[in-house]
Amino acid sequence: MADLVWLIPAFPLAGFLLILVFGRRLGDPKAGWLATAMVFASFVVSVSVYFDLLGREEDERETVVTLFSWVPLGSLQVDLAFLADPLSVAMCLFVTFIAGLIHMFAIGYMHGDAKFSKFFLYLNLFVFSMTLLVLGENLLVTFLGWEGVGTCSYLLIAFWHTRESAATAGKKAFITNRVGDWGFMLAMFLAFGAVGSLSYSAINEAAEVGALAASTASAIAILLLVGAVGKSAQLPLYIWLPDAMEGPTPVSALIHAATMVTGGVFLLTRVNPIIAASYDWVPTTIAWIGAITALFAATIALAQNDIKKVLAYSTVSQIGYMMLAVGTGGYVAAIFHMVTHAAFKALLFLGAGSVIHGMNDEQDMRKMGALRKFMPITAGTFIVGWLAIAGVPPFSGFWSKDEVLLFALADSTLLYVVGIVTAVLTAFYMTRQVIMVFFGEARWTSLANDDEAPEVAEGEEPVETHHAHGEFKPHESPAIMWIPLVVLAGLAALAGILNVPELFGIPSNSSYKLEEWLHPVIEFGEADISGTWAYDNKYILVGIAVAAVAIGAALGWLVYLRKQIKPWEPSLFANGWYYDSAISWFMGNPGREGFQAVADFDATIVDGAVTGTAVAVKTTAGEVRKGQTGYVRQYAGVIGIGVVLLLGWFVVIRGIL
Amino acid sequence: MIAVIEPTWYLLLAALLFGIGAFGLLVRRNPLIMFMCIELMLNAANLTFVALATQLGDINGQTAVFFVMVVAAAEVVVGLGIIVSILRRRPGATADDLAELKG
Repeated sequence: MADLVWLIPAFPLAGFLLILVFGRRLGDPKAGWLATAMVFASFVVSVSVYFDLLGREEDERETVVTLFSWVPLGSLQVDLAFLADPLSVAMCLFVTFIAGLIHMFAIGYMHGDAKFSKFFLYLNLFVFSMTLLVLGENLLVTFLGWEGVGTCSYLLIAFWHTRESAATAGKKAFITNRVGDWGFMLAMFLAFGAVGSLSYSAINEAAEVGALAASTASAIAILLLVGAVGKSAQLPLYIWLPDAMEGPTPVSALIHAATMVTGGVFLLTRVNPIIAASYDWVPTTIAWIGAITALFAATIALAQNDIKKVLAYSTVSQIGYMMLAVGTGGYVAAIFHMVTHAAFKALLFLGAGSVIHGMNDEQDMRKMGALRKFMPITAGTFIVGWLAIAGVPPFSGFWSKDEVLLFALADSTLLYVVGIVTAVLTAFYMTRQVIMVFFGEARWTSLANDDEAPEVAEGEEPVETHHAHGEFKPHESPAIMWIPLVVLAGLAALAGILNVPELFGIPSNSSYKLEEWLHPVIEFGEADISGTWAYDNKYILVGIAVAAVAIGAALGWLVYLRKQIKPWEPSLFANGWYYDSAISWFMGNPGREGFQAVADFDATIVDGAVTGTAVAVKTTAGEVRKGQTGYVRQYAGVIGIGVVLLLGWFVVIRGIL
Repeated sequence: MIAVIEPTWYLLLAALLFGIGAFGLLVRRNPLIMFMCIELMLNAANLTFVALATQLGDINGQTAVFFVMVVAAAEVVVGLGIIVSILRRRPGATADDLAELKG
């Protein structure tokens, strides 16, 4: 069955082509069902490939399926080949499953949209690119998928492109990603120059046997990190992700929570031997980028009022955790957190989508509240997602976050402190969100649409001015939208069993399943933390983590539900540390001047050299051509004189005759 | 007794003819006259060939003459054609008038 691994990307591609041709005829909702079916078909293939690999010996769980020779150029031989190994299959399983659920949700969410079939066209193309990314056997195939998801994210973020902000956000995502892609490309060139191949097996083996110099390995790792930072929305390139919330909510769930943004973490995990072969400062850099991003984004999430912006910054923060795990050598923890995060963040995003749907496209949390009575299923599943992301035992986020923090502490206490502070903030802002949306008093009758309403004198009935929302009542979403929510809630609650530790009396034969499964892939890079203080005192760490969650949640409860503490939402956080405006300012002023200087250099020096050469040639030619008088007799005379001179030369100088 | 004409005289005559031809080519403006001057120079060369061939007893000189004559004939065909068509279009044009390609 593993030979059929190419079917995993083939199904979404087929869906893409079918909708491309018949999309308009299929229409709403058949095009959506077709797309959903294709993604679930990929999931079925992934499952069968998984069972095939599971049935083999551990060191034989690797199949390369070569479709054709893609770039046969001398010593550069690149095949369009897929690699089915524990890592790629694990990725495929959760990517296709969660993507399928999101497709299903989107059928309900996008119902009635004028471009319904086009939406699923893009979604299927996206899933195709994503599976290509994870299944690629060499850097180039991965890069193909990498660019594919970048393009699709552009198309999907700017899906409602008639809205100025959506079009701009799409462009922003695309351009920011390009900055990262630059690093990826340089890494490929360097890897080919050093190893002579782009295939993962060749590159990783070179790193494992020590054929790769530490300096080269460091350069490749850092350049791939640049790519990963762009794709996974880490500092300093995270800026596109919050803006990407302009896209339809299923897009946010699919791209900006479960799949594309994990691409960077996946890539670094894939090349873990290279990171292991680098200088020590390389993993440290990765870990610190992750830790700082996690903390930084969590602080911003504290003060956001848009229901999706909170989740967006939370995503940036959670991927920071994954990067932290990668940097500290906890690759299993990174993938584990990726899987659980994909489940609970997709759940939260879809829940937010359901809320937005039920609230007639209202996204401001200040205009929500008390929605649990009107949307019980959405509220229930969203609360499961909240418990999971906050890290309440025994929900999935608790296990994976603890695993990340364990590796962080084994590496450096400072990293651990940053991680714990982030955990407190995470619990706090998620509690804030849940309370603002589902609890407290209903603010939507009094505040709905008030920015458009004219001033109403106190005591007067504001019904007339609110005619648009006057009879408005939040409603629960249809079954096609809440079924994915329920499934994801189950996943978010239980995904922890993938990799539970041997604590709390959990038997050893059911613990660390994911680590066992990924072992052949991450064997070389995984840090050995046994014997460290952190490893021997896991119960203390669990206690600290639970205390952190309790503090965060209790604070949120006190501030936003009991209102005993005044909310503290400084504008520094609300405006994202003015990071965006700083970039705008920098690019608008010194940046612009700098680029203007470069442009001037180009116009005067570079262009000057080119045009100068042309002018010199032209002037010389203008002078020389004056010799061509056009008088035949003059030419004859010149020829005659020439003959005489030649003869004279032969006779007098050379002495012939 | 018939006085034998020394080959030197032939060469002198040839030089004279060549000089006349070259001089005429440089000073006259009528294309037809210039053409005839070229013929004069060619035939001066022919005379040199023949004279020297006789003096040296070498047949190669005479062979070369045939080549020159063939080339001259071909040249006349093409050149006269061009000149006639030019004069038909621009009656009375001199060689100096035909200076369209000057720099």
